[in-house]
Amino acid sequence: MLCLELAWRFVLARKRPMLLSLAGIVFGVAFFVITQAQTSGFEKFFIKTILGTNGSLRISDHFQDVSGLVQKISEDGEVKFLFHSREDALYRKGVKSPEEVRNALNEYPEVLGVSEIIEGNGVLETGSRRHSAKLNGIRWVDHLQSSDLASQIIQGSIDEFSSDQMAVLIGSRIFQRLNIKVGDRVRLDGGTGNLHLRVAGVFETGVSQIDKNLIYLHIGTARSFLGRAGGGSVFQIALKDPDLATDLAIQLQGTLDHRVVSWQERERVWLDVFKALRFSSGITVSCILLLSGLGIFNVFAILVIEKTRDIAILRSMGFSARDVSAIFLWQGAIVLSAGVLIGSILAYLGTFLISIIPLRIRGIFSTDSFVVSWDANHYIWAASIALVFVSIATWIPARRASKVEPAKIIRETL
Amino acid sequence: MSDSIKSPPNAGSLRVENLCHTFSEQGSNIEVLKGVSLEAKSGEITSIVGPSGCGKSTLLYLMGLLDRPSSGKICFDGLEVQGLDDKGRTETRNNSIGFVFQFHFLIKELTALENVRLPLLKSGIDRGTADQTSSKLLNELGLGKKSTRPAYKLSGGEQQRVAIARALANSPKYLLADEPTGNLDSKNSEGVFELLLKMAKLFGLTIILVTHNDKLASLSDQNFQMEDGRILI
Repeated sequence: MLCLELAWRFVLARKRPMLLSLAGIVFGVAFFVITQAQTSGFEKFFIKTILGTNGSLRISDHFQDVSGLVQKISEDGEVKFLFHSREDALYRKGVKSPEEVRNALNEYPEVLGVSEIIEGNGVLETGSRRHSAKLNGIRWVDHLQSSDLASQIIQGSIDEFSSDQMAVLIGSRIFQRLNIKVGDRVRLDGGTGNLHLRVAGVFETGVSQIDKNLIYLHIGTARSFLGRAGGGSVFQIALKDPDLATDLAIQLQGTLDHRVVSWQERERVWLDVFKALRFSSGITVSCILLLSGLGIFNVFAILVIEKTRDIAILRSMGFSARDVSAIFLWQGAIVLSAGVLIGSILAYLGTFLISIIPLRIRGIFSTDSFVVSWDANHYIWAASIALVFVSIATWIPARRASKVEPAKIIRETL
Repeated sequence: MSDSIKSPPNAGSLRVENLCHTFSEQGSNIEVLKGVSLEAKSGEITSIVGPSGCGKSTLLYLMGLLDRPSSGKICFDGLEVQGLDDKGRTETRNNSIGFVFQFHFLIKELTALENVRLPLLKSGIDRGTADQTSSKLLNELGLGKKSTRPAYKLSGGEQQRVAIARALANSPKYLLADEPTGNLDSKNSEGVFELLLKMAKLFGLTIILVTHNDKLASLSDQNFQMEDGRILI
């Protein structure tokens, strides 16, 4: 405590250099947290959007080669399974025996919802305008459990869709392009002929590629339109914990003999972009902390020189080399603690202010303001990086201070 | 001087035997002390005089365990201390030795009282007792009203008295003073010397005084003359 008290007095006595050191840490921590809050905020929002639209897992094609893919190994009394890559295997489009697969999936406690989807294409026509669309035939009750469709509807309602087998839900961009209203009739051409559908609602995922291409029909209507009485469907699966998708995909692929794609694999390109952005901004902002670390090193190196005589006198009155070192390390700790605390408060306020800045984004997701992530890990990371830099910056001068030979210093002072 | 400040119960003698010390400087060895022997007794002021560079300050720092001798013995109350490890030397400095230097060497960020209580707090004495002891010491030295002033705002003589109070705070057995009056005018010099003399008698302190001042040296209980690393008388 005595060393801390002395450190505190030394810090107070050098307000200007200490404030400069403090400012470096404050801004370093604040910028680090704010940039991470933004990049990871957009990333999380993107993930939420794509999970809400396409689910965590997608089971599509049925593998034809069924031999030698699952190997059971008994070793030391343990049973293990190896799942080989199925990338080169031949496959048949669509899920084979959908009911069996569904029943199997329902056995997994991680699975939140399973939606069987019939996929196809058609052309929507209003008389004056035409638009090619990708159609998804769904069982609406199942699909609501494996997607955020209910919350994505911006006009009309699921009730209107559910009550009419000839209803269609249309992506917002298609809706704009066709210049129609909810309740209007549209014609769907292609497949086995044409269908006259009633527009029951408009959905917006924020992903422009989906909003300008996708429509939802009832699965029976879609099968009839596409001429597929049975089979040929894909499964969209929602998981309680989407982070388990990669592992579960490998496991399901091996056990179900179907190609299973996790959302991480499906969105790898965008996830890599976000990762690179987050990493890049992290490095950039860490440079501020590095510079503040250099500043602190400079301040403390000068401080040790200035305090050499005091160090000698402290040693003469019974302070050990470790005590002297502790006095300087405490000074670093005081500046660091204050810097991290003030920096975190500034970061919190900054993040809040940024989150209310209007910003319209449509493309990979839809938002009208900056999306930020409130994650304690950002603060922990910022504090940890500051801790590393400040520790090094103070440890070296502190070590030098502990090496001061009191007799030599006193002799040279006289 | 009141008796409110407790006298150290076990003040003792300080003896050095055949003490040698060599510095290495720019590749060559410089022999600073060449077999110095002396004994300082409790309750007495022992002064060491001599020209600059004769080794008197080096001798004082060796006796104060601030440095290690090349050879020879340093005995506190008959116990050899020259071989103590760093921890032992640090503890001994805190518990048994007080230093006063030519320049007061006060810590300018602290008040007079805070400077004086530092060795007390370091030795584990609680803050209340440390403050009380320090205040009494400063009162005894005529600085009671200035105890809360920052050290750097005191005059030279006052700062040196604070330094003496700090050296005495932990009731040391030995007070080692290196030119304590060297930076003071004659009036203040005599004042400080009288103070040291009083402390030696009152507390039974063993005071070793390195000085250039022959007048002060002559007032000491015993006086050693040094030249070229040796004691002459």
